[in-house]
Amino acid sequence: MELDVNELFFWDPIALEGSALAINRVVLLMFIAALACMTFFVIGARRSALVPKGIQNLVEMAYLFVRNNIAIDVIGPEGIKYANYLAALFFFIFFSNLLEIVPGINFPVTSRMALPAMLALITYFVFIIVGISKHGFSYFKDIAFPPGVPTWVYFLLTPIEIFSTFIVRPFTLAVRLFANMVAGHVLLTIFFLFTHDFLVHNIGPMSPFGLVTLLVASALILFELLVISLQAYIFTMLTASYIGEAIAGHGEHEEEEHSTAEPVTETEGLATASASH
Amino acid sequence: MVNELITFAQEGGGGMTDVGLAAIGAGLVYGLGAIGPGIGIGLVFGSAIEAMARQPETAGQTRATMFIGFALIEALALIGFVLSFIVLGAGG
Repeated sequence: MELDVNELFFWDPIALEGSALAINRVVLLMFIAALACMTFFVIGARRSALVPKGIQNLVEMAYLFVRNNIAIDVIGPEGIKYANYLAALFFFIFFSNLLEIVPGINFPVTSRMALPAMLALITYFVFIIVGISKHGFSYFKDIAFPPGVPTWVYFLLTPIEIFSTFIVRPFTLAVRLFANMVAGHVLLTIFFLFTHDFLVHNIGPMSPFGLVTLLVASALILFELLVISLQAYIFTMLTASYIGEAIAGHGEHEEEEHSTAEPVTETEGLATASASH
Repeated sequence: MVNELITFAQEGGGGMTDVGLAAIGAGLVYGLGAIGPGIGIGLVFGSAIEAMARQPETAGQTRATMFIGFALIEALALIGFVLSFIVLGAGG
C-alpha cells in the first residue's frame, strides 16, 4: 500500500485546461464552498421578519456571533465597520474547511496553499491600508520605532518589530490554517485507508484491527469538526486583532484617550476639588 | 549515536543515500519540532484548568482564551509537520 504524498497535492484539470484559470476538482470544490456560504446568508436574509424564526434566527445568531464576539470585542466600537469582512472571512473559511468531513467529498479546500495564502494576503493589505488611512505614513514609523523606549534598544527592537509585523504575521496566518487542514486530512486518509485495507481489501488476521481503525477514524471526524471551527475562529480573531492594533497605533492611543476624556475629567476634577475643601 | 545511525543507513544495502538521509532528516524535523509545542500546550491547558478551578465564574472567558492560546502554539508544531514533508521531498 503506497502512500505517495504528492498525490495529496496535485490534480488533473477538468475544464479550461492549460490556462491559468484551469478548473480541476479543487477549484470546483471552492465554487461549492462559496455557493454554500452565499446560500446560507441569502436564505437567512430573505424573509426579514422583525422577530426572527427558524433559519433566519440561525443565520442571525451566526452573524451576530462574529459581529459581537469578534469584531466589537476585539476591535472596539469601531469594529462594526469591519464586521462584514470578518463575517465573510469566518464563514468562507468554515464552509471550505467543512468539506473535509462531508462524506462524499472529504477534501478541505483550504489544504491547498493558494486559498489560505490569498486570504492572508487580503488581510495583510486590509490592516496595512487601515493603518495608513488612520495615521498616514507615520504608521510605519510607529511600528518600526515604538515610542517610550530608550534609544539604544532600537537597534535590537526595530528589526524584530518589522520582521514580526510585516513578514511573520501573514506567513503564520496562512500556514496555520493550511497546516492544520493538511494534518487533519492526512490523519483521516491514513485511518480510512487502513480500515479499507483491513476490512475489505485484505481480509485476514489483521481484520479486527479494521474495526479499531474505523472507530478511531470516526472519533477523528468529530475532532476535525472542532479543529475546523477553531481554525476559522482563530483566523478571523487574529485578523480582527491586527485591524484593531492598526487602528489603535502604539503611543497615539493614549493621546487619543486623553483628548476624548478631557471634558469629563475636568468637571469631575472640580467636583472632587470642591468636595475635598 | 549519530555514528550508529549512519552505519544503519549504510547497511541498507546501498550505502548512505540521499533518500535515506532525507528520511532521517524528516523524522528529526518533526520529532524535535514537536517537543516545544507539546510542553507549551501542556502549560496552557494546565494553567487554564487551574484558573477555572480557582474562579469558576470566569470559566467561559478562560476557556475562550485557552482555545486561542492552543491554536497559536499548535501552529508551530504544524509548521514542523509540513516542513518534514518538504525535507523528505527535497532529498530526492
